[in-house]
Amino acid sequence: MLTFDDLLVFVQKHCSHGEAVADVNATPKAVKLPAADLLNVCHALHQDPSTYFDSLSCVTGIDNGPEAGTMEVAYNLYSIPFGYHLMLKVAVPREKPEVDSVTGIWKAANWHEREVFDMFGIVVKGHPDLRRILMPADWEGHPLRKDYKQQEYYRNIKVEY
Amino acid sequence: MKGLLDQRFENGGFIITKMEDLINWARLSSMFPMTFGIACCAIEFMSTGTTVYDMDRFGMAPRSSPRQSDVMIVAGTVTFKMADRIKRLYEQMAEPRYVISMGSCSNCGGPYWQHGYHVVKGVDRIVPVDIYVPGCPPRPEALIGGFLKLQEKIRSESLVAPKAIEKLMQQEHANV
Repeated sequence: MLTFDDLLVFVQKHCSHGEAVADVNATPKAVKLPAADLLNVCHALHQDPSTYFDSLSCVTGIDNGPEAGTMEVAYNLYSIPFGYHLMLKVAVPREKPEVDSVTGIWKAANWHEREVFDMFGIVVKGHPDLRRILMPADWEGHPLRKDYKQQEYYRNIKVEY
Repeated sequence: MKGLLDQRFENGGFIITKMEDLINWARLSSMFPMTFGIACCAIEFMSTGTTVYDMDRFGMAPRSSPRQSDVMIVAGTVTFKMADRIKRLYEQMAEPRYVISMGSCSNCGGPYWQHGYHVVKGVDRIVPVDIYVPGCPPRPEALIGGFLKLQEKIRSESLVAPKAIEKLMQQEHANV
């Protein structure tokens, strides 16, 4: 039975672009890691027989606002045979938000990553079909950004009440 | 026991009425709604069709195609993504066509009026609405109330546009 600290060490072992740190305030406890290491770490967590995170439960975007200047993407992983929960978090700059796609590891990531792109404008590199998923294709802006201003008209329909 | 019409007219006979009244009566007695729901109001709309509320007693049987429908009941939240589709369905319906806006969302945006960037603040911004049924969601009784209001509206319709009559009367007046 691996504890959270064991998983943290596991993740740290596979990080080569910076330090992975624990975020104990998150539920479940999260590991913050450099965005450049995400794909490598996910691949290892998925493949290693001792972890075997075979299920991606959720991908979430977080906008920390213009003052902080960062956005985050959180990945909730679950290992069905061992019953482990783990959250991975990567921070990306707000001016050029980009993360690697994990669709190559978990197919479930496809629509989740499209939602993150749609709501936050975080570009998912290597995604097979990066389109908006909830909003219409010709919508302007990304609604869950802190500084989002909705457009006045959409196809001649007034948006404001 | 024979029915009323059979008893009275079995051996011939005739009824005198106005064309308008006859057409209006036919229309209001068979308002076929489109089988179409977009949110939780559709559940109440479905209840209205069940034996308890029995929508069929108004001659209303849901049709699966806009080409065969007379009434569109917009039962639910109209998002901007859905707006084009609703407009298109409305345009596919044959005239005369009527729209019942069911519930707060399609009336005015409902709970999404302020922060719902994705919701059209009233379906009347896309298609003309005849009857608004308030509620969130309205009970089947409220929807049936909407049907009766629509029946009233159809009953008072005229084949001749009132504008044309006014014009004729003005001419008449001028001639005298």
